[in-house]
Amino acid sequence: MLSIQNLRAKVDNKPILNGINLNINQGEVHAIMGPNGSGKSTLASILAGRDDYEVTDGEVIYMGQNLLELEPEERAWAGIFLSFQYPVEIPGVKNIYLLKAAVNAIREHRGVPELKAGEFLKLVREKLNVMQMDEAFLHRNVNEGFSGGEKKRNEILQMQLLEPTLALLDETDSGLDVDALRIVGEGINRMRSPERSVLLVTHYQRLLDIVKPDFVHVLANGEIKLSGDHTLAEKLEREGYEGIEAA
Amino acid sequence: MSQQEIDQLVDQDYKYGFITDIESDTLPPGLNEDVIREISARKDEPEWLLEWRLEAYAKWLEMTPPDWAHLDYPPIDLQAISYFSAPKKQGDGPKSLDEVDPALIETYNKLGIPLEEQKMLAGVAVDAVFDSVSVVTTFKEKLHEAGVVFCPLSEAVHSHPELVKRFLGSVVPQNDNYYAALNSAVFSDGSFVFIPKGVRCPMELSTYFRINQQNTGQFERTLIVAEDNSYVSYLEGCTAPQRDENQLHAAVVELVAGADAEIKYSTVQNWFAGDDDGKGGIYNFVTKRGECRGDRSKISWTQLETGSAITWKYPSCVLKGADSVGEFYSVAVAGKKQQADTGTKMIHIGPRSRSTIISKGISTARGQNAYRGLVKVLPGAIDVRNFTQCDSLLIGDQCGAHTFPYVEAQEPSAQLEHEATTSKVSDDQLFYLRTRGMSEEDALNMVVNGFCKEVFQKLPMEFAVEAEALLGITLEGAVG
Repeated sequence: MLSIQNLRAKVDNKPILNGINLNINQGEVHAIMGPNGSGKSTLASILAGRDDYEVTDGEVIYMGQNLLELEPEERAWAGIFLSFQYPVEIPGVKNIYLLKAAVNAIREHRGVPELKAGEFLKLVREKLNVMQMDEAFLHRNVNEGFSGGEKKRNEILQMQLLEPTLALLDETDSGLDVDALRIVGEGINRMRSPERSVLLVTHYQRLLDIVKPDFVHVLANGEIKLSGDHTLAEKLEREGYEGIEAA
Repeated sequence: MSQQEIDQLVDQDYKYGFITDIESDTLPPGLNEDVIREISARKDEPEWLLEWRLEAYAKWLEMTPPDWAHLDYPPIDLQAISYFSAPKKQGDGPKSLDEVDPALIETYNKLGIPLEEQKMLAGVAVDAVFDSVSVVTTFKEKLHEAGVVFCPLSEAVHSHPELVKRFLGSVVPQNDNYYAALNSAVFSDGSFVFIPKGVRCPMELSTYFRINQQNTGQFERTLIVAEDNSYVSYLEGCTAPQRDENQLHAAVVELVAGADAEIKYSTVQNWFAGDDDGKGGIYNFVTKRGECRGDRSKISWTQLETGSAITWKYPSCVLKGADSVGEFYSVAVAGKKQQADTGTKMIHIGPRSRSTIISKGISTARGQNAYRGLVKVLPGAIDVRNFTQCDSLLIGDQCGAHTFPYVEAQEPSAQLEHEATTSKVSDDQLFYLRTRGMSEEDALNMVVNGFCKEVFQKLPMEFAVEAEALLGITLEGAVG
């Protein structure tokens, strides 16, 4: 589904990614771990289409298309979803308005009819229930005054509604207390399916206790230094990244 | 977003820039007493009104254009403008819509303002003003049954002379300011509204102003009187053809609200803004003021200002009555090379009078947007309250936002609050929305509409939808 080959990228002339190679097949969950500043979030952002970075080499093929040529919205239409590390506030725009606009924009490009207000409300209530979120969330402005945990839950709520083919989850576990971590983790697990792939970027192992990845990769200095199964995450939690960075 | 992308985004064609090819009866350019006499004669005005105009003209001659606004433009040559232009018509003017020139009806259809009553938005009566004259007023009969007078001011001068004489210039005196004095001398047409005691106007009233003729100024004058315990909601819309030279629009609007009466006045201003380099466009110098003359009377101004090369406009409330209420809700957009200096004045005279000011300024491209507001509390106006919120949104890095709030409180009991923010549409916001499947344009519209929401909520329903669409068009362009 996703094939990243020798991806190199710079920001302000500073190299961040130094030749990433990664293949993700349908239905797989991959975790990218690594120390701060290793390029984890940059990778997720580039895949979602943020243009703050200059890609200097390499290619990314997603479902047969050259992903790097697509605009962010085109990637969304093609089934890519990014859960933000720091979701932004949009004053004056109600959450429900954004959710409905997003669902219908993506439906339109997938050639399915728009959801009517009633149908949408039914769907969103069902997903709110899964995320254990109060309906009042719908009528608050997007991310405005949300706690860190509420923002992350709202991201996973959006993922549930948009049903992506490839979900990029950037530090979705940061800022969550134990209960919220469990709800978010279970929300992600519910989305696992043979057709859907997930790329989880995380600093800690704790989310991986709930969302068990098929593969774990360690990113350091803009390169994948080590890959393995979920036991690698446990090893890192015990031993830290030091040995890997030096490698 | 790069500057180039932003430029493309705000660079869009003005939808209403077409010119109506219609035979017009236009006075030669220039201004002097004879021109004023001619205007008055063509409208068959009574002697007192001609005298009133000439008095205003004499005062105007002594005055100079205001120079305190945050605006930059060359001196306007008032002798190069024609002060009267009317579509040529047979006889005494249209008795019904059948007699209106089809070219005019077509013009208003193109503008989305159908004048045939059966096609109109239910519950909205329209007065259409083309250059210097009103061409048609709809739903007159239905309004008449309710006792409401809604007609061109030029007609009211004949049908309700005592009312016009009593209220004209009573809120905005002839010599109030340079442009108001000019308007008083040469005003052409506009709407007159009278809501008698205890009447709730059964429908929204709307006037649609259109400047067509080249080198012509539009000097309309609107007078709305709501007697005690009455209610009216009024909306004005404005467009003009796309022309290379600037056109002057200097209007005066006067509102009078009696005790327990409420006037809600909404404006969607979309005059031609000029091109990207500031060539052409309307110079919009407008004086709007309402007086809350009775206890608990209320005047509410809501405006969406998207057009004009220059906007100079401060819809104000004089709160004379005890417990009277003044409100000002404004969205002003300055894109291209537009300049807007707009705001309000709230003059508190009555005890416990209250006012609210919500101003949203949006600047894009090379636009300059200034909020200028005065909150004044006179001695004796005890326990007055004002809340002012003044937000600026910047799109791109070549535009500007400025805030000039003035407060003069002469009563220690006054509670005055002022909040101001300036923010930029961030790349992060746009990227976030685009990853949710929205195009760059839709993403920008969503952010901007969110910013304006508090004001749009105050517009009558039909027009709130129109306002959102208009804002969308204003920011529209070929992206990426």
